[in-house]
Amino acid sequence: MSYFTKSPWLVHYDGSSCNGCDIEVLACLTPLYDVERFGIVNTGNPKHADIFLVTGGVNTQNLSVVKQIYEQMPKPNVVVAVGTCACSGGVFRECYNMLGGMDKAIPVDVYVPGCAARPESIIDGVVKALGILEEKAKQLALAKGKGEEA
Amino acid sequence: MPKNTVIPFGPQHPVLPEPIHLDLELQDEKVVRAIPSIGYVHRGLEKLVEKRDFQQYVFVAERVCGICSFGHGWGYSKAVEKLMNIEVPKRALYLRTIWHELSRIHSHLLWLGLAADAMGFESLFMQSWHLREIVLDLFEQTTGGRVIFSVCKVGGVRRDLDAEQVKLFKKNLKMLRQELDSIVPAFLNDSTVASRLKDVGVLSEAEAHAFGCVGPVARASGLLEDYRLSQEDAGVYLELGFKPVLEKSGDCYARVAVRLKELFQSLDIIERALDNLPEGEIFVRPMGFPSAGECFARMEQPRGEAIYYVKGNGTKNLERFKLRTPTNANIPALLHMLQGCDLADVPNLVLTIDPCISCTER
Repeated sequence: MSYFTKSPWLVHYDGSSCNGCDIEVLACLTPLYDVERFGIVNTGNPKHADIFLVTGGVNTQNLSVVKQIYEQMPKPNVVVAVGTCACSGGVFRECYNMLGGMDKAIPVDVYVPGCAARPESIIDGVVKALGILEEKAKQLALAKGKGEEA
Repeated sequence: MPKNTVIPFGPQHPVLPEPIHLDLELQDEKVVRAIPSIGYVHRGLEKLVEKRDFQQYVFVAERVCGICSFGHGWGYSKAVEKLMNIEVPKRALYLRTIWHELSRIHSHLLWLGLAADAMGFESLFMQSWHLREIVLDLFEQTTGGRVIFSVCKVGGVRRDLDAEQVKLFKKNLKMLRQELDSIVPAFLNDSTVASRLKDVGVLSEAEAHAFGCVGPVARASGLLEDYRLSQEDAGVYLELGFKPVLEKSGDCYARVAVRLKELFQSLDIIERALDNLPEGEIFVRPMGFPSAGECFARMEQPRGEAIYYVKGNGTKNLERFKLRTPTNANIPALLHMLQGCDLADVPNLVLTIDPCISCTER
């Protein structure tokens, strides 16, 4: 990953996880791991966010909520699915109310497995997402440039 | 005549790590009514008991909630052990108590942090979570996991503590106690904290009883509700000199104070359990399958009393598993407290019952 020009902000939403991954996401922001030193800030507002950190799988009730948060985020953005449930439905896969992993609702860029995902792997996933975000930003700028020429 | 406004609170909200939705009906700044709607985290894991055998299901039961994961694994195992007439070895019971009380410390520290964040005291939030890492390190070194441990199983536990680990435990707990001594005054003596919490969301003892409150919410109102005092659990907890913590005033401040005092009490219990750890086996193999019949078991979770129900039919799968969680019992009291409060106090009030939505909706 090369130098990124802005501080990436993230919005976190608990899909239908057991909380395990959510408290590990919060643990990333607190003194031991402290991702804020890289400029990463947890914001509650999807319109301020570049990264969507989502835990847990999709169920019938949260499907529309997840889609709404994703659609409110400005482009370019990246989605990081944190935990086995968000990747595939995990241990709850066969429950009657579960539709599956987060990719059933929105396009996912990075999958972080683990039950619960460890803070180290979450940070690693976010760093990978930053690379993708940069790539997406370049392509968006390129597409915009072409539009202006034509 | 002021006009009523309805403000939606959640499911995605900065103060909530978990999704719950409240419709707040306001008259100017005062909340007149709060209507909850839930179901965002519902997975339907109780029904999974039909597809997993009784021993495998412990893993699912642990994932009812990632914060009190050990307690849920224990509660489910306890119900099945009762159904199968298994006598768990004493050493296993002591180990379970140690991990369960350690979970309580981790849960309370986590909550204290979130509560500090809700009232805008961010450095206290960071300090609480910083101390929590000491507890998580202990979990990782003795069970292998930070938040989900999978050490409990029907019949006992999977891992034992050796002399080296007991020593490590004592060292880390001593460190934790010293560090706690420095943040407790910040919660209890700080004028900012007191101004946000004192006389906010008062719940009288009679009201707490009428709404069926459990756990720290009940104990903060002076209502003695603690399942660790019961005969069933008495074996371990009373041996370890357990005494419940009670506060009288029933406001948000009392609910913070109860949890702070419980931290020290849990530390005492763990230290005594480590000193008196009995020798012997840590596991008895369950013979056969759960018999036809039904059983209840109860547990004092960090948030209050949880009730576990299992029904067997003689096969390796149980027929039914049902769980009543503490948050479920505390939501009616929360709705009562929200009536007449200021809009700015809503996050504080919602947090002081320590809601665990993942448990509630399962």
